[in-house]
Amino acid sequence: MKFTKTMAAAAALGFALAGSANADQDPFKVGFIYVGPVGDLGWTYQHDQGRLAIEAEFGDAVETTYVESVPEGADAERVMSQMARSGVDMIFSTSFGYMDPTINVAENFPDVLFEHATGYKRADNVSTYSARFYEGRNVIGLIAGRMTKTNKIGYIASFPIPEVVRGINAAYLAAKAVNPDVEFKIVWAYTWFDPGKEADAANALIEQGVDVIMQHTDSPAALTIAEEKGIYAFGQASDMLQFGPNARLTSIIDDWDPYYIERVRAAMDGTWESTDTWDGIGAGMVGIGAFNDAIPAEVQAEAQAAIDAIAAGELHPFTGPINKQDGTPWLAEGEVADDATLAGMDFYVEGIDAELPN
Amino acid sequence: MDFSSLSPVAMIVLLIGAATPILLAALGELVVEKSGVLNLGVEGMMIIGAVTGFIVATTTGSPILGLVGAAVGGAVVSMLFAFLTQYLLSNHVATGLALTLFGLGLASLMGSSYNGIKPPRMARLEVDGLSDLPIVGKLLFSHDPVIYFSVALVVAVWYFLNRTRAGLVLRACGENHDAAHSLGYNVQLIRFGAIMFGGACAGLGGAYVSLVRVPQWTEGMTAGVGWIALAIVVFASWKPWRVILGAYLFGGITILQLSLQALGISISGAYLSMTPYIVTIVVLVIMSADRKRASLNAPACLGRSFHASH
Repeated sequence: MKFTKTMAAAAALGFALAGSANADQDPFKVGFIYVGPVGDLGWTYQHDQGRLAIEAEFGDAVETTYVESVPEGADAERVMSQMARSGVDMIFSTSFGYMDPTINVAENFPDVLFEHATGYKRADNVSTYSARFYEGRNVIGLIAGRMTKTNKIGYIASFPIPEVVRGINAAYLAAKAVNPDVEFKIVWAYTWFDPGKEADAANALIEQGVDVIMQHTDSPAALTIAEEKGIYAFGQASDMLQFGPNARLTSIIDDWDPYYIERVRAAMDGTWESTDTWDGIGAGMVGIGAFNDAIPAEVQAEAQAAIDAIAAGELHPFTGPINKQDGTPWLAEGEVADDATLAGMDFYVEGIDAELPN
Repeated sequence: MDFSSLSPVAMIVLLIGAATPILLAALGELVVEKSGVLNLGVEGMMIIGAVTGFIVATTTGSPILGLVGAAVGGAVVSMLFAFLTQYLLSNHVATGLALTLFGLGLASLMGSSYNGIKPPRMARLEVDGLSDLPIVGKLLFSHDPVIYFSVALVVAVWYFLNRTRAGLVLRACGENHDAAHSLGYNVQLIRFGAIMFGGACAGLGGAYVSLVRVPQWTEGMTAGVGWIALAIVVFASWKPWRVILGAYLFGGITILQLSLQALGISISGAYLSMTPYIVTIVVLVIMSADRKRASLNAPACLGRSFHASH
């Protein structure tokens, strides 16, 4: 069944679950709230793949439900409360902006377990998890730096939060390392999902001579425009190959399946504990899609070597010497960034010619 | 800062693309509201248009047929609203909101197997000689047909409402439906027709997003354009030429802020993203400050159900 609007979905959910609350063979109930539609073929789509993986793994022992396109903020709190009240045992809240709502609802429902994606606030019944997407962005930054002819790379960003800033920095460092003349043009769209605006942003960047586009928004719109204009772009969150067979160089793929299955299993066993998980390419949470044949063999090899080194833990995208944008030293020669700094990253690295909005 | 790489011509071309879906939907809603009906389902009708247009265009291979299909699709869902509000006398606001929710759900259901398909591209109307002219060629003679159509529609709607008898009758239904009824006009039928016109325009606007502006189908891809179109109608104080002004202004600010950012101007993007909405609110405040004028512009029977039994 496909629920589309939050209100209808929440109401129907309450109805459906209330009826079965006292059954003897109660399946373990897992709820998901999504920031976009399941059909975005990006961020939300991949989370829903994780939900389906749970169903495939546990069969009748679990029952999953979801509400899509839930705005970040008060609405999320309402939807999660409704879910918890109707007997859901575990809730995955899958967007950064659900952080405070998740904590608030978790306080009111101490028996429900919460898993919040990409946030940093935890409680006894709230775990956080995220993927080290910056590892993937480091790899595609390298490819972008090698592939650009105009030395201008466009970056469609969503909101100025640490997650996004970290991605820009990781991509820039890799691009700069292989191509010292590279320049990043960053457009903040202030939305996670608005295909029209994302397409406009891509067009505006192309007008400025950009010939490779990266994005940190959820829809395949920019990739579609890149295909049409004959420039390069990357798949985001999901493979997205079908939207730009020529334009798509590779993609960063979020793979939540193993984590979701493991956490649901722990919750069912009673071994679930509040933790903070941050896995990357090595653990398989971040995948890199197949390379486009347009990438020369030596660049493919270079990128593959970077992937392997990151996976093996030999290469950290943030390894010194790195200065902050204003020239103050951040990491000394050989020093590696600690997770706390990365998690709260609110500055550009040296060389990015743009001002970070606050 | 190097402004020389900021091409005004390219920006205007982008602006028109961003504004056209808003323009089409707002124009349709203007006619609907002039007939005394408030249809808040614009977003729902647009997304239905986006998906039906996409399905028809990819199935037949013709973008023009896709646009026709979108208009038909939008009109068909709007009939649901028309039937409920005109014959079952349901509340306009509640029914319109329901139409939006319904449209969004139905569209994702219909489009679920059309993800990742490429629609046929719409050819630009190029005029030999004229399209190659510097500046003017790109500005005036190399758009896709929908853009010319949308501008022509502004003129047509203005002419219809202000210079024809049928337009006068439609406005009469919006200003005083009892009077129109007592003169022997079928208020419900006229409003039914206006609602269908609004649905067709909204559908066309939606298809412009899925076939031209983004060329792809993604769930929820109209992302609130329908609500902006509703605001533009009020912004325009129910005058067609002001609708085009409002739509282009809104599209213009959106494109300007994205282009300035691409150029590397360090104005906070947050403020720039807010600007179109702030401008709309400011204009609304200015307009409604003079209460007499504002109430003169709004159709007197806007949003009121008509029942012929008294």
